Amino acid sequence: MTTLSQTDSLSSGQRWLRALIEKLFGQNLAETFRQLLLPAIGIALFLGFWHLAAPQVQTSLGAFPGPADVLEQSGQLWQEHSNQRDRAAQFVTMQEERNERILAENPGAEVKIRDYPGAPTFIDQIFTSLGTVLAGFVLATIIAVPLGIIIGLNRHFSAAINPLIQIFKPVSPLAWLPLVTMVVSATYVSDDPMFEKSFLTSMITVTLCSLWPTLINTSVGVSAVNPDLLNVSKVLQLSFWTHVRKVVLPSSVPMIFTGLRVSLGIAWMVLIAAEMLAQSPGLGKFVWDEFQNGSSESLSRIMVAVLAIGFIGFLLDRIMLLIQKRVAWNE
Amino acid sequence: MSKSHLELTNVQMAFDTKDGPFVALENVDLKIRKGEFVSLIGHSGCGKSTVLNIVAGLLQATRGGCVLDGHEVNTPGPERAVVFQNHSLMPWLTVYENVELAVQQVFRKSMSRAERKEWILHNLKLVNMDHALDKRPGEISGGMAQRVGIARALAMKPSVLLMDEPFGALDALTRAHLQDSLMKIQQDLNSTVIMITHDVDEAVLLSDRIVMMTNGPAATIGEELHIELERPRNRVTLADHPEYVRYRQAVLSFLYEKQRFPGKGEDEQDKPTAEAEAASQEDSSPDVDNEHSESPVRRIA
Ligand SMILES: Nc1ncnc2c1ncn2[C@@H]1O[C@H](COP(=O)(O)OP(=O)(O)OP(=O)(O)O)[C@@H](O)[C@H]1O
Ligand SMILES: [Mg+2]
Repeated sequence: MTTLSQTDSLSSGQRWLRALIEKLFGQNLAETFRQLLLPAIGIALFLGFWHLAAPQVQTSLGAFPGPADVLEQSGQLWQEHSNQRDRAAQFVTMQEERNERILAENPGAEVKIRDYPGAPTFIDQIFTSLGTVLAGFVLATIIAVPLGIIIGLNRHFSAAINPLIQIFKPVSPLAWLPLVTMVVSATYVSDDPMFEKSFLTSMITVTLCSLWPTLINTSVGVSAVNPDLLNVSKVLQLSFWTHVRKVVLPSSVPMIFTGLRVSLGIAWMVLIAAEMLAQSPGLGKFVWDEFQNGSSESLSRIMVAVLAIGFIGFLLDRIMLLIQKRVAWNE
Repeated sequence: MSKSHLELTNVQMAFDTKDGPFVALENVDLKIRKGEFVSLIGHSGCGKSTVLNIVAGLLQATRGGCVLDGHEVNTPGPERAVVFQNHSLMPWLTVYENVELAVQQVFRKSMSRAERKEWILHNLKLVNMDHALDKRPGEISGGMAQRVGIARALAMKPSVLLMDEPFGALDALTRAHLQDSLMKIQQDLNSTVIMITHDVDEAVLLSDRIVMMTNGPAATIGEELHIELERPRNRVTLADHPEYVRYRQAVLSFLYEKQRFPGKGEDEQDKPTAEAEAASQEDSSPDVDNEHSESPVRRIA
């Protein structure tokens, strides 16, 4: 019946299409259709367009890679990674066997196992990048949330610090990077460094660029707590800490999370740029190396990296959304 | 009993605004006995909430002050619990946790964990909300949330209960139900209550005294009406009780004849009225309504 009445009032093509699908597949399938099939159609159209357009773009490294080339290269990259793994495992077993032999002859001998010296693969670079972005993002959060709370709670403090925020917020990572590099190499000197300098440089650049949305959103959320709830807190004479913990923080959690999600997105974008520029290990370096390499496969491999970067960024946002749903009370 | 429990003396409240100070209240004097139920009534914007906030300690009077049991009120505190107009429950806490937050704070030292739990449940039972302990404010109706707000205030064992239009946003049935509960609770606990209302019936039904405020700016107390109806009161039998009708008329006459120009444009017409009323306040007896028929003010208006 509902289908009938809907077909009666065909006002747009979209409604007509939906009615048709409902008729054909029933209500449930129509929902599945909207959620899965339509995005699939979108992707298919994009791939088709890409496939047709790519050969038309000629570069000095040959034609722009189409979807098939990219798929092939991603298989290739995975293959390289597993080969590398095997070789590394072999390398270790070889050393272990050798060590055993040495120990059998001379039990007092000092033996050690060296890491496999091969270059990091694409997959290794992905994990390096993920580690760096998470470290930078966590550091940014640790700085931005408490600072944002203080700014949101105190009008004077907010007035004092606001111009600084406005000025530093739009600074591009490329501008920070040389400064951070110089400062890190000057200050972080140790014989047995816990972290690589390149890791620190990328991480700090990520932190500097990504803390602003969290900082701003936290301070806005904190200063926008419902005044009635503030009055409740006053009537109850809550101590400063209880006030922050029981009233201010929960009330601003939705805003804080919006900020965190924007921050994480920025962190991921900034990281790739920083790695490219600073030649520090990670996906950015992978892209740069391939670019310098200039083989006929380079463009396809870069394209694999581009898609991987996009997909990981999307996943990171989804993970944040899941955490937000668990933590925030208004979801 | 004659010694006043809560006393507002010569209170003036001026707000700083863009165009200089705005005097919302002027010369507000009010003495309240222990266990008395006082309603504040007056047109919108006259300064009722301001009076309540001064008693609560959320606002500081610019002149005069408020004394509770011999101590001047400067800061908010749980002995003057407030029921806010829109329940003001923490939306991220459950019904139980909302009351718990208050009980934890007030009785952290004087009650054991088990006693606190029992006390929280007791207060929620008092307002008939013990069936929804684990619901969030977003999941219950406005009337239910308001009841939790009342339970939270009662759970603080306040010496004065301050209520800012507690039933304003509710439908008539829920409102009547809550009024009855409040009357019963107030009688059982003999608590002192100041309640702001716009509803004349509510004021007459619940109060020992109705304090009527003149229109702002510089609002003050226009008339006071002692309601000497026997308790417990029953809304059905009172409906056509002659005394009840007379009290009701007195309040209506104050609101709609003497103070009938709320908000803008009242200056020329209402200022003299307000002053005349304030001046004649001293000798006006509880049965002020007798004067209305002959009120000179009325002819001016
Ligand atoms: N913080 C403030 N700054 C400036 N003016 C204020 C402030 N708070 C209240 N006022 C003014 O004081 C007057 C009294 O306000 P109040 O909120 O006490 O009125 P009310 O009687 O409670 O009104 P309603 O019945 O609508 O709640 C109003 O004219 C209002 O504009
Ligand atoms: Mg008000």
